Parts: sequence; C-alpha cells; structure tokens
Amino acid sequence: MLPLREPGIGGGLFYVARWRFLLMLLVRKELRVRYRGSVLGIMWSYVKPGVQFLVFYIAMGVFLDLNKGTQAYAVYLFSGIVAINFFNEIFGNATRSVVLNADLVKKIYLPRELFPVSMIWVALVHLVPQLIILMGGALMSGWRPGPLNLLAGAVALIIVAVLALGLGLLFSAVNVLFRDAENIVDLFLMVGTWASPVLYPWYKVRDNVDNWVWVIYQCNPLTPAVELMHYCFWFPATHHLTPHARFLANAPNLPTWSLLSIATAVVALAVGQLVFARLQGRFAQEL
Amino acid sequence: MTVNSVEVRHVSKHFTLRHTRSLKEMAVWKSRGRELSNTFLALDDVALNIQQGEALGLLGWNGSGKSTLLKLISGVMRPDQGSIGVRGRVAGLIEVGAGFSPDLTGRENVYLNGATLGMSRRQIDRLFDDIVDFSGVSRFLDTEVKFYSSGMFFRLAFAVAVHTEPDVFLVDEILAVGDEPFQRIAVARIQELCKEGRTLIMVSHDLPMVERICERGIVLREGHLSHDTDITSAIRLLRQTDRAKS
Repeated sequence: MLPLREPGIGGGLFYVARWRFLLMLLVRKELRVRYRGSVLGIMWSYVKPGVQFLVFYIAMGVFLDLNKGTQAYAVYLFSGIVAINFFNEIFGNATRSVVLNADLVKKIYLPRELFPVSMIWVALVHLVPQLIILMGGALMSGWRPGPLNLLAGAVALIIVAVLALGLGLLFSAVNVLFRDAENIVDLFLMVGTWASPVLYPWYKVRDNVDNWVWVIYQCNPLTPAVELMHYCFWFPATHHLTPHARFLANAPNLPTWSLLSIATAVVALAVGQLVFARLQGRFAQEL
Repeated sequence: MTVNSVEVRHVSKHFTLRHTRSLKEMAVWKSRGRELSNTFLALDDVALNIQQGEALGLLGWNGSGKSTLLKLISGVMRPDQGSIGVRGRVAGLIEVGAGFSPDLTGRENVYLNGATLGMSRRQIDRLFDDIVDFSGVSRFLDTEVKFYSSGMFFRLAFAVAVHTEPDVFLVDEILAVGDEPFQRIAVARIQELCKEGRTLIMVSHDLPMVERICERGIVLREGHLSHDTDITSAIRLLRQTDRAKS
C-alpha cells in the first residue's frame, strides 16, 4: 500500500529529473509561444545576436580602434557575447518564469523549480546557432583548438548556466513577492556585459583602476568565464606565437580565478535553491 | 478494512492581505499608523479523515474555506498549522484548463496538460484515443486551442483531467460549464471513477448534483468544520444555516 505523504513538498532540483517529460513539453511550449505568429520564427535567434555583434564590432572595433590592437577581434568579441547572451537569457527568463506561469502555480502542484530550469533548455536552443556561427568565424581565422581549449569552453558555459540558474531561482522567488526583482535583474544584465571583458581586453581594466577594483572585477564569476571562452575560441584562432596574443589569452592567475568562479556559481545555485524552497510555500497565495 | 486516503490533521490557514506594495505608500501609512496588512483566518483547526473510495462533498457558502481546503490537499498551498497526509497521487480538477496553452494545438495541449497533472508519456500515449473520444473534438485536434469555442475547450480539458487516473480526485466547480448532454457524460464518468475505488472530494454550489455524486457531506462555516454527516443531511444543515443567517 502507498504511504501517506504530505502534499506540496518537492525534492527541489533533484526532483526535476523525474519530471523530464513535462520539462521537455514546457520548453517546447515556451519556444512556440515566443515565436508565435512570426514569419522568421526561430531564425530570430540568428538575426538578433548578428545585429548585436555588428553594432558592437563597429562601435568598439572600428570607432574605438580595438580592431587594430587585437588579432581576430571579431572572434574575440563574439566569443564573449555568446557567453553573456547565454547568461542573460537564462537569468532574465528564469526571473520572470514563476510569475508568468502564475496560472499553473496557483492551481496545480508541481515542482516549481521546473519553470526556471526549463529556461536553461530554451537558452540552449538559442545558444547552439550562435556557437555554430562562432566556430565558423573562428575556423576562418585559422582556429585549431586543442583538448584543453575545448575543455575551457565547456567549463565556461557550465559556469554561466549554473550561476544563471542559481540567481534565476533566487530572483524568481523574490519576484513573486516583489515585482521589483525583475527590474533589478534588468539592471544586472545591463551592467553584466560591461563588467566582464567582453568588449575590451582585461588589461584595460587592470591598467586603469586601483588594484582593489581589479580584484573585485575578477571576483565577478563571469570574468573568468569570458576569459575561458576567449581561451577556447579566440586564442587558438590567433598566431599563438605573438607575445601580444599570449599576453591577452593569459589573464593573471586564470586557473585560480576560474576555480573560484566555479565555487561562486555553485554557492549561488545552493543559495538560490534554498531561498526558492523557502519561499515557494507562499507562491500560490501571493500571486 | 478501511484505509484513510486523506488525513487532514488540525489544519489552520490564514492569509495576509497586504494593502500596498508601494514603498512610498508603506512609508506614508506607517507614519500615520494605518495598518499595512491584516490577516484573515480561512481555515481554523479543521480535522478530517477521508477513506479510500469515499465520495465526499465539501459544502459551504462563499468564503467558508472550501477551496482553500482543496488547495491544501492538492499541495498548491501549505497549511500554517497542522498537517495533511495523502495516499497516492492527487489530481485536481481545481480549474479545468489551467495549464492549457492557447498557442498549442489540441493534441499538444493534451500532452502538456496530462504531464502537468502528473501523467507519464506512456500513460498519455495509452489513453490518448480515449481522451479524444471522450472530448468529442477529434476533428479539431490539430487546431490551436485559441480557436476553440469555450465549450470545446472545456470538454477537452475535462477529458484530460478525468483520464489522469489519480488516487485522489479533487473537483472544484468544474461542471458549471459544458452543455447538458456533456454534463451527463461528465457526471457518469465521475461516478465511474468512484466505482473504481478512487477517492473523490468535490466542491460545488450545484447542490442537487453533489447529492447525486457524493455519499458523505462536510459543512464548512467561516473556516470551521461545522458538520460531518451523510450528504443529504449535510445539504439540509447547510440550508438551515442560511436561514439562521438571514
């Protein structure tokens, strides 16, 4: 005979795996809803980053001359943009996911972590075309990655996903109580692109600010993630032997900062899950 | 042998009604000594055991706490005091069509809604034809649900819900929509589910229908459990409280 169980208690993220089928359907629904009534449909996930890339390339690369100082600046730029877009999409969508699914949350019990988690898969669907374009561009510049480079890229994307999910869980729960959370997150996302070495090389920060600011800058878990992306896609596409390329690809103590960044992301996930579990008992009555 | 399918152990639930979330108003109100929120007791120390296979009607006028109790049993909300135990899987027809997405087709919604209500892919595959037959909208299965009439929408949603094979079945005011022929099928289907030994908990203001489906009746009054008896007496008692009030 089945045991008596307390309803409404999930096992958090670990429980999500049991709901794989629903997770997949939610992802499909999200993509369908996002591109409803649109002619280009999923092609927008190529157009948007394409335009974004062009704008940054012209503004930073041409107008501000970064093009000249950095070999294959386009690849350098885009490898960072891809990581940041991945982060922004997961974090931004996850933050709104619970409120947007208020109907379900109020009426049917299911592990609510499903909503933020499903946003990782939605973001992955958009990440893949960007990665393909990035690899294409890198190959044209002579990209020959070794295993260590590819590992760095994988680690970078995992850091980004874990961090974004952790923050997304945290803010999606807070957003149920105070809708201010989504505006705060928008601010984060706006700053995020500039607070990591996406558009410019890292030494510009080190050379222009006090040392303590430089330390804080590196504590941002996205900074090592973006550097790892450079190490994966950009560095093997340059003439490795030029001292400048070597200098750029090896931000000081990158392995150490990367480990710290992994630790930060894991802590963010744990805190996010904890807060989410704490607050989710109140979701149905607050929405 | 009788087995408890649902145990409600001295459950209380209160809601905090916040009057404002604006920082400015909070500051102004606080300075004037106006209350920022007040609490409202929706359920007060309710204790109740429901046996497996029982069909229970929850009766009470608006605001008596019926729907809150259903939400606590389904797990959507958690009690403030006391606890709840449920044996097996609960599926709520708390609102038919919650979890339907207007931009998906009928077919896709059957899968999405079925999965939301806790069905596995295999279960839905197996029951898909039954669901579609029951709903009678097979011709429009590949049309987006937003183009459905409200009746078609309701019938498809109801069809999914009654095929979820739950152990405990919660029904809240769901038969209000749907035309008379469909209502007849729907009631027959609910009675069939009861015969299969599933536990039914039903909330409806349609008292004759409740009387037809349920055996036992619970009367809730302002969050208290005031009567627990057979359904016919419960309905009579409920109507008396009405007379006493007015």
